[in-house]
Amino acid sequence: MTVALTGAFADPPRDAARAFRGALRALSRPGTIVTLAGAAGPAPLSPAAAALLLTLADATTPLHLAGAHDCAALRDWVRFHCGAPLTGAEDAAFALGTWPALAPLDRYRIGTPDYPDRAATLIVEVEDLTPDGARLSGPGIRGQARLSLPETAAFRANHDLFPLGWDCFLTAGERLAGLPRSTQVEAA
Amino acid sequence: MSPGDSDSPYNFAYLDEDTKRMIRRAILKGVAVPGYQVPFASREMPMPYGWGTGGVQVTAACLVPEDRLKVIDQGADDTTNAVSIRKFFERTAGIATTETTTEASLIQTRHRIPETPLTEDQILVYQVPIPEPLRFLEPRETETRKMHALEDYGLMHVKLYEDIARHGAIATSYAYPVRVGDRYVMDPSPIPKFDNPKLSDNAALQLFGAGREQRIYALPPYTKVVSLDFEDHPFQATKAEHDCDLCGASDSYLDEVILDDRGGRMFVCSDTDFCTRRRAAGHVGCLGEPA
Repeated sequence: MTVALTGAFADPPRDAARAFRGALRALSRPGTIVTLAGAAGPAPLSPAAAALLLTLADATTPLHLAGAHDCAALRDWVRFHCGAPLTGAEDAAFALGTWPALAPLDRYRIGTPDYPDRAATLIVEVEDLTPDGARLSGPGIRGQARLSLPETAAFRANHDLFPLGWDCFLTAGERLAGLPRSTQVEAA
Repeated sequence: MSPGDSDSPYNFAYLDEDTKRMIRRAILKGVAVPGYQVPFASREMPMPYGWGTGGVQVTAACLVPEDRLKVIDQGADDTTNAVSIRKFFERTAGIATTETTTEASLIQTRHRIPETPLTEDQILVYQVPIPEPLRFLEPRETETRKMHALEDYGLMHVKLYEDIARHGAIATSYAYPVRVGDRYVMDPSPIPKFDNPKLSDNAALQLFGAGREQRIYALPPYTKVVSLDFEDHPFQATKAEHDCDLCGASDSYLDEVILDDRGGRMFVCSDTDFCTRRRAAGHVGCLGEPA
C-alpha cells in the first residue's frame, strides 16, 4: 500500500474525538502542551499535525501547504484522507508548514469586523515545544504561562488586530500547543 | 446490543463526522474570540428546539469515550430534559453518566451553574435559547452584527437605565448581560443573575450552544467576565432571602415550591446534587428530616 493510503485513525469517530479534546484543551489554555497520537502522514508531516488535519480539515476547508509540506506525497495524503481543496495562502482556512515557510503572515485571512470567525488557522510545525520562553497572558491563562515560540513580534502584531487575526496551533512530533489571537505575547 | 459496541446503529455521539468537524471548527473559533457568537450549520436533532439542541450538538462534538457526563435542568439532575439527554448520550456514545458535580468531566446545563466550584478538568456546556443579547432591543441581525463589530453597546445600558427609571433598580434577574474580556457583550443564557459571578475567572471551559439560532460561543477558563451595571447602581447577585428548607444552605440559589392553596411554600436548593450531598453530610433545614 502506498503511503498516501495509510496513517489514518484506526477508529475515526473516537480517535478524532480524543484529538479534538486535546486541541480544544490546547487552544483554550494557551501554554498547555497536549499529546495527539494515532495518526501518521508522510514526511515532513508530524503525527500531531496529521491528527489535527484528520480532525478538522475536510472538503469545506481550503488548505494551504507551505514550503517543504507542499510535496506530492503529502498532497496525495491530504486528498485521500481529508479531501481538503489545496489553495493559496490568501484563501486558506488552514495553513500548514514551518514558521519560515508560512511567512509572510499578512497573507492569511483574519476575518472581518462582522465575522471575525472567518479567519485562518495556522498549523506551525516546530522542532521542539516546551513550556518556557515567551510569556503568555490573556483568556485561558491563570496569571501567566510560558511557551517556546519561533518569535514574538508576529504574535504581538496579530493580537493587536483582536478581535480579528489568525489563530495558531504549534506541533512538534506528537505534541501540540495552541495560541489563539486573544493571547498577549511578550518576549521572555 | 450495548451502546459501546462497534455494531451500534449510531455513530459515536450520534452526529456524523462531517457535522462534528464543522461544529468543532466553530467551537475553536469561539474559544479564540471569547464572547463572539460563531454561526454554525445547526442540525435537526431527535428532540424539539428549546429542549437543548444547541447544547446537545456541542456536547456531541466534545464527548470522548472516557467522559463522565452530567446533565442538569435548572439545577436538577432528575427532570425530564436532563434524564432524556443523559439517556441519549448513554445510548449513542456509550459514555458513563453521573449526578455528582465533582465526578463529571463534562456537564451540560440548562440555566444554572452548579454551586460546587468547577475544576480545570471540566467543561460546562450551556443550552442557549436566544444567544443575541441585543435581539430584543434591535430585531435586525444585520444591525446587531454591526453593533458588535463597532462595540456599540450604548443601547444595552439604556435598557438597564430604563429598568432603574421604572423600577428603581435593575430589574433584569436572569440572562443578565455581561461584557467578556472588555470586548463583546454576551448573553450568559437564562441563568439567574445569582450565577453571573461564577462566569468570571472560572477554572472550567464554558461553551454555549444555540441550536435554533445556530450560534456557538465560548468563555475560555480564567476569562474576565463583568456584569453590566452603573457606578451608582452596582450589579447585585440576588436570591430569595431564605435558607434552604431541606439542607439549611444560606449561600445557594433557591427554588420556591408551592405546598398548598393557602399560601404554604418552601424554599429548596435548585442544585439537587449540592442539596443531596449537604443533607448526606448531616445538614438539616427547618422543614427537612435528618438523612
